Amino acid sequence: MSKIIITDTTLRDGSHSVAHRFTINDVTRVVSALDSANVDIIEVGHGDGLAGSTANYGFSAVPEMDLIKAAVQSAKNSKIATLLLPGIGTVPDLEKVKDLGVKVIRVATHVTEADIAHEHIEVAKKMGFFVVGFLMMAHRAKTERVVEEAQKMESYGANVVYATDSAGALLPKGVKERISALKSALKIPVGFHSHNNLGLAIGNSLAAIEAGATYIDGSLGGLGAGAGNTPTEMLVGVMERAGIDKNANFFKTIDASSLVRNEVLEPYGVHLPAIQDSLMLGYAGVYSSFMLHAKRAAKRFNVDYRDIIVEAGRREAVGGQEDWLYEIAEELSKK
Amino acid sequence: MNKVKVGIIGPGNIGQDLMIKIRRSKYLELTCVVGIVESPGIKRARDMGVDASPDGVKYLVKHYKDEIQIVFDATSAKGHLENSKYLREAGMFTLDLTPAALGPYCVPAVNLDENILKEPEVNMVTCAGQATTPMVAAINRAADVYYAETVSSLSSFSAGPGTRANIDEFTQTTRNALIKVGGADTARSLIILNPAEPPIYMSNTIYCRVRDKNIEKIAKSCEDCLAVMKSYVPGVRFRMKPILKDPKDDIVMLGVEVEGAGDYLPKTAGNLDIINAASIRIAEVKAKQLLGVKE
Repeated sequence: MSKIIITDTTLRDGSHSVAHRFTINDVTRVVSALDSANVDIIEVGHGDGLAGSTANYGFSAVPEMDLIKAAVQSAKNSKIATLLLPGIGTVPDLEKVKDLGVKVIRVATHVTEADIAHEHIEVAKKMGFFVVGFLMMAHRAKTERVVEEAQKMESYGANVVYATDSAGALLPKGVKERISALKSALKIPVGFHSHNNLGLAIGNSLAAIEAGATYIDGSLGGLGAGAGNTPTEMLVGVMERAGIDKNANFFKTIDASSLVRNEVLEPYGVHLPAIQDSLMLGYAGVYSSFMLHAKRAAKRFNVDYRDIIVEAGRREAVGGQEDWLYEIAEELSKK
Repeated sequence: MNKVKVGIIGPGNIGQDLMIKIRRSKYLELTCVVGIVESPGIKRARDMGVDASPDGVKYLVKHYKDEIQIVFDATSAKGHLENSKYLREAGMFTLDLTPAALGPYCVPAVNLDENILKEPEVNMVTCAGQATTPMVAAINRAADVYYAETVSSLSSFSAGPGTRANIDEFTQTTRNALIKVGGADTARSLIILNPAEPPIYMSNTIYCRVRDKNIEKIAKSCEDCLAVMKSYVPGVRFRMKPILKDPKDDIVMLGVEVEGAGDYLPKTAGNLDIINAASIRIAEVKAKQLLGVKE
């Protein structure tokens, strides 16, 4: 079996959990810990990617470029990655992070909309980035469609394409089906990014590896949108037990996770997300970063958070449509 | 009553929808449609009894100089850069529906006035710009906007290849209009494509950070603005009237939805409808001026 490349997204997906308030000191400490644990790729940035600091998604406490710069300076071996969602971030943002020394760009679209990433993938590739295509909300499309969209990203020049379970709604069978199909249709490697909303993040990651994925995401302690991602330290431990080859060191990823749980998160008052809240996301198939926004909207309009999530799922909201949650809450408040 | 003769360049989806809208107009008479190849749009124009040609802008200016006074250019940014030279020389007032933006932005609910009609051409911004700039301007009048941010969600099918290939340009142009026409000090524009079936209506959320958070005054200004928009885009309505996102903060938030007229394009393509409806409004005001009609 080929070696699995691990991307840790504590400092990007985990940014949702702290309402995008990570500081330079947080970034420096977490990157150093991940780097000494030999984690291959470390993703840093606003949860919604470059230029995600907005009223819609939450303003960053510290400018993203300052955080990215600190990450690059703290990494000796690990490569620094950042995310771009076409429609939010633009090509000039790519130029800025290139100058800062970012090596990996992940370009994300809703699973059916790969063509809006054509320009960004092509330009990033020309600029010399290692480019990852990220097909979000992979549960929303049938396998054939996921393959079709992944092939578009491959044709634009992506080095890897991910099936991304943004809502934490896929079951192992759905993961295997998608990853196997991608593996046989693409010439480039395939990746998988999970959310633990149904408690399946580790199991789904393992299913993805068995089906041929060679790029897997995790985050320390599982810190990330909704119930969080696959905990990186648990992923590394499970891979050791399963005899899967990887570069990351198990004990050192546990140390990095302890740093995040016991020290980095302390000032934010963030504990591992309440399971019943994130369970709703996986149940309704809703984008994981909607959780905290929906909870705020529920409070603002005095309605039940669960009703908001179910309605967002019924309306088939896609990633980025956080604005709809307030409208739904307002409507529910009138019923 | 006399009508002003108009032409269309680019008989694609937008162009064919314009054909139907122009036919309904009291002041505009569709006289010529040109494209660069024989196409279903050219055929539709001929079926409507309109002179149509695949010989492009050259045909239009050669045969209709001094006759056609208003032209809709629904080609592409590159196409318009070329077309504009001929149209300017022929003195035809042009509504540029492409991202080329050689002329000033025009959003009828905000800046359709005597001065802008003196320009040789005006640019229609983007569909998101047409849907959101009026509300930013309305809030700015009431409350002084120092930061505007808009999130426009379009149904996937209604976003054509041009929009998809140039999504950065789309968000940048919309942002520029929020500042230049909407009056915000700084701005951001986000775009989301949603593939839900049946398709969603075009939905727009507008956030404004304001210096004077008098929500009653803001609400009144937005209601007035919606009435003006409705006069040329009947399918525009609130999804959510203005609220303070968080009563302790200074962010005003509201939602505007656009249901299309369902002329050539389905009602869920409100984004395409609003940019066409806005360009028809400008053409009609220009036509009334040319005809000397007073209202």
